[in-house]
Amino acid sequence: MEKRVVFRSAWLPYVLVAPQIAITVIFFFWPAAQAVYYAFLVQDPFGQSSTFVWFQNFRELFHDSTYLESFKVTALFSVIVAGVGIASSLLLAVMAERVVRGAVFYKTLLIWPYAVAPAVAGVLWAFLFAPSIGIVAYWLRRMGVNWNWNVNGDQALLLVIIAATWKQISYNVLFFIAGLQSIPRSLLEAAAIDGASPLRRFWTIVFPLLSPTTFFLLVINIVYAFFDTFGVIDATTQGGPAQSTQILVYKVYFDGVKAADLGGSAAQSVVLMIIVISLTVVQFRFVEKKVQY
Amino acid sequence: MVENRPFATFVAHAILILGVAIVAFPLYVTFVASTLTYDQIVTVPMPLIPGDQLIDNYAKVLGSGSEKGSHAAVLPMLVNSFVMAMGVALGKIAISIISAFAIVYFRFPLRNFFFWMIFVTLMLPIEVRIIPTFKVASDLHLLNSYAGLILPLIASATATFLFRQFYLTVPDELAEAARMDGAGPLRFFWDVLLPLSKTNIAALFVILFILGWNQYLWPLLITSDESMYTVVIGIKRMFAGGDATSEWNLIMATAMLALLPPALVVVLMQKWFVKGLVETEK
Amino acid sequence: MAEIVLRQVQKSYSKDVRVIHGVNVTIADGEFIVIVGPSGCGKSTLLRMIAGLETVTAGEIAVGGRVVNHVEPKDRNIAMVFQNYALYPHMTVYENMSYGLRIRRVPPAQIRERVQRAARILELGPFLQRRPRELSGGQRQRVAMGRAIVREPAAFLFDEPLSNLDAKLRVQMRLEIQKLHRSLKTTSIFVTHDQVEAMTLADRMIVMNAGVVEQVGRPIEVYDKPASVFVAGFIGSPAMNFLPGRRTGNEVDLGGVRVPMPAALAQAAGDAVMVGIRPEHLQAEGAGPRFAFSVETVEALGADSLVHGRVGEGLISARVDGHATPQVGAALSFRAIPERLHFFDAATGKRLAA
Repeated sequence: MEKRVVFRSAWLPYVLVAPQIAITVIFFFWPAAQAVYYAFLVQDPFGQSSTFVWFQNFRELFHDSTYLESFKVTALFSVIVAGVGIASSLLLAVMAERVVRGAVFYKTLLIWPYAVAPAVAGVLWAFLFAPSIGIVAYWLRRMGVNWNWNVNGDQALLLVIIAATWKQISYNVLFFIAGLQSIPRSLLEAAAIDGASPLRRFWTIVFPLLSPTTFFLLVINIVYAFFDTFGVIDATTQGGPAQSTQILVYKVYFDGVKAADLGGSAAQSVVLMIIVISLTVVQFRFVEKKVQY
Repeated sequence: MVENRPFATFVAHAILILGVAIVAFPLYVTFVASTLTYDQIVTVPMPLIPGDQLIDNYAKVLGSGSEKGSHAAVLPMLVNSFVMAMGVALGKIAISIISAFAIVYFRFPLRNFFFWMIFVTLMLPIEVRIIPTFKVASDLHLLNSYAGLILPLIASATATFLFRQFYLTVPDELAEAARMDGAGPLRFFWDVLLPLSKTNIAALFVILFILGWNQYLWPLLITSDESMYTVVIGIKRMFAGGDATSEWNLIMATAMLALLPPALVVVLMQKWFVKGLVETEK
Repeated sequence: MAEIVLRQVQKSYSKDVRVIHGVNVTIADGEFIVIVGPSGCGKSTLLRMIAGLETVTAGEIAVGGRVVNHVEPKDRNIAMVFQNYALYPHMTVYENMSYGLRIRRVPPAQIRERVQRAARILELGPFLQRRPRELSGGQRQRVAMGRAIVREPAAFLFDEPLSNLDAKLRVQMRLEIQKLHRSLKTTSIFVTHDQVEAMTLADRMIVMNAGVVEQVGRPIEVYDKPASVFVAGFIGSPAMNFLPGRRTGNEVDLGGVRVPMPAALAQAAGDAVMVGIRPEHLQAEGAGPRFAFSVETVEALGADSLVHGRVGEGLISARVDGHATPQVGAALSFRAIPERLHFFDAATGKRLAA
């Protein structure tokens, strides 16, 4: 879209964009370029010199079992977080749209967790599930479950999944409510007159019309699970026990900062970049096509 | 819904109450824990009604931090978080609003190039370029400083897009009338465009403030000095590791302090918050 | 002086797309001139070029003797009233009207005086502290005019200002604009697609079609002697009847009716001639050529009725008294007033002249 009317000035637009361009170049392009650059280098143990090694870092990466393991964990993690998050939010949003009394009350209460930082969410749930003192851990033990996420990798993964999903519910609910409100009531009334039950109306009318929103949230949730959950992991399990909760982005951090493997970490960054760019492109292409404004 | 079905409505309420309960439960437990003594927490099961240590715990935490793990007082951390959140929100809004103005209302060589440059920043979150960004910040002597906390985070383009979308909907005739009235571009921006942008600015401010407050990875890397910790980092550093040895009551009090300001912003400015979220994701 | 001169003004958007072809008009000081034409004819573009909102590809525009092609709009000493009012939504009526003056650093006392004077003329006094969204369409349009008036410019430019108003309001505002012009006497250029507005408001009219000026003249001139088929059909309601025919000697054969042509015109004419006659100039009796047809449709308008039929290869309408109620199928006969017959060259559409 273009504007018909424009101002003429030789220098003013440059001055106006300068701050943002400057920040973007210094803190985005330059580091991003460096990340790509480092991915093709190997530093010697003392950090004195680096040699250009083409794709060696990448090859090592894909032969590294912990890296492949991290891939699996991330895939599992993001699918469950996105899936459970979207399904439960959809349910809550539909119910919230349905009730007349208290709708505002419910919506406000469902929305506030958005304000909680992922790291804090992690801490809260870690507290609830803390093996010896957590209240939920206590109930689990009372029910006979041997709960100790410090030792059991699957349980640790479950913990971070719960914390991450919990936090994201409010975001999803908000968008689903907006999506539901944009469905014309007359469609549902016409269907009701045609004899469709509420459940049928939902699956044959509401759900398809909601698909742009659902798809959009799917991509957002996956990106969230890939990146924003760093705080959850670092605040609770730090990728452990035994790398069972080490998602890809965490490994980038760990290898780069703790293990000082700059080349490997950079190569992982590049892989992540490719993944996220693909996701964004898919989202833009797909959503832009399907969404009707 | 269309028909009036009492049972279904009852079920809807039940599900909602369950949902709200699950959502609110951690908060409630956290609050209760922040009002108990350490011993009360460690003795399972932890009581589920608030205790009497509220003032004690919060005073201790604000003043001198926990005794095991990090010793940092939380009040300075709250200040840091606040400065960072405000800095990110205001900084991003400021540079974006003038960029969007330039891109929409002017024709100049490199316009499309700059536009795509800014657009590309939407694609890569900071976590992906975290280590080189740290190096750049370090080279610029920005470690352990507010500038270092804030500047790298204002690089992304969400705000620019929002303002651009908005400006495209402002009628052309308004700018033409202003031009005939004698207003130059800056005057038009200040007298006409900016006042019209107020709701968008408010919505963005809410979102960005929360985003800035809740930042984790970046502050973790760039602050090593305790005096520069934000409250979100502070909580993590309070963990002595493991579970029983941490001072849970104080950690929970800190957690409450960490989530209260953003939660208040969300609840009190709900209208703008919702608008901001929906607009930035389009 | 606020004379506006357009010399060979042209506008092209690219090498191939020319939207305005060579306009030459001199607008006298104090004149109310209306640029009228269908959508897309270029009238708004021409106005915006005078305002300085569009660039001039070729030719010159002079305001008050000064060529203003490269002068910024604000320095041309003109004010514009937009179709969509273009009021600043967040400012009060007072602030809207005074904005231009404030930018020019006119002293506040003078601003107050000018705004209040304009408010008095336009009856906006009670609304000065309101915001545009609290006003009706007509009130907003008056605020837009007020904004132009306080500038005390050399000329007013109106860009279809009444198009967004409902019919009744439009009539009312037309009268107000006339009153305004009588009292302020400022040169005014008014763009509209509505020929009624053009006829009632204009001292002179510029009729445009597809970027070309077809005719410039006073309303009655354009009505009596339209320069082309287009102008003839565009101006005057109900529209003129056009009947195609072949000329032999000093007569035009319309296929059943023979219409005599003045000798002087016949000499200049080719073989294909278009004859025009307005419905109101077909009378029951008279000495002119006779048009007979059977009624195909009747439109009852109250005071008058329009009857439609066919003559030769063309359609014809005639105006009859509203109580005459002719039936469909009735055979009617009319006499055209000879002086009111128009002859156009069928190929070029231009009026035939001696």
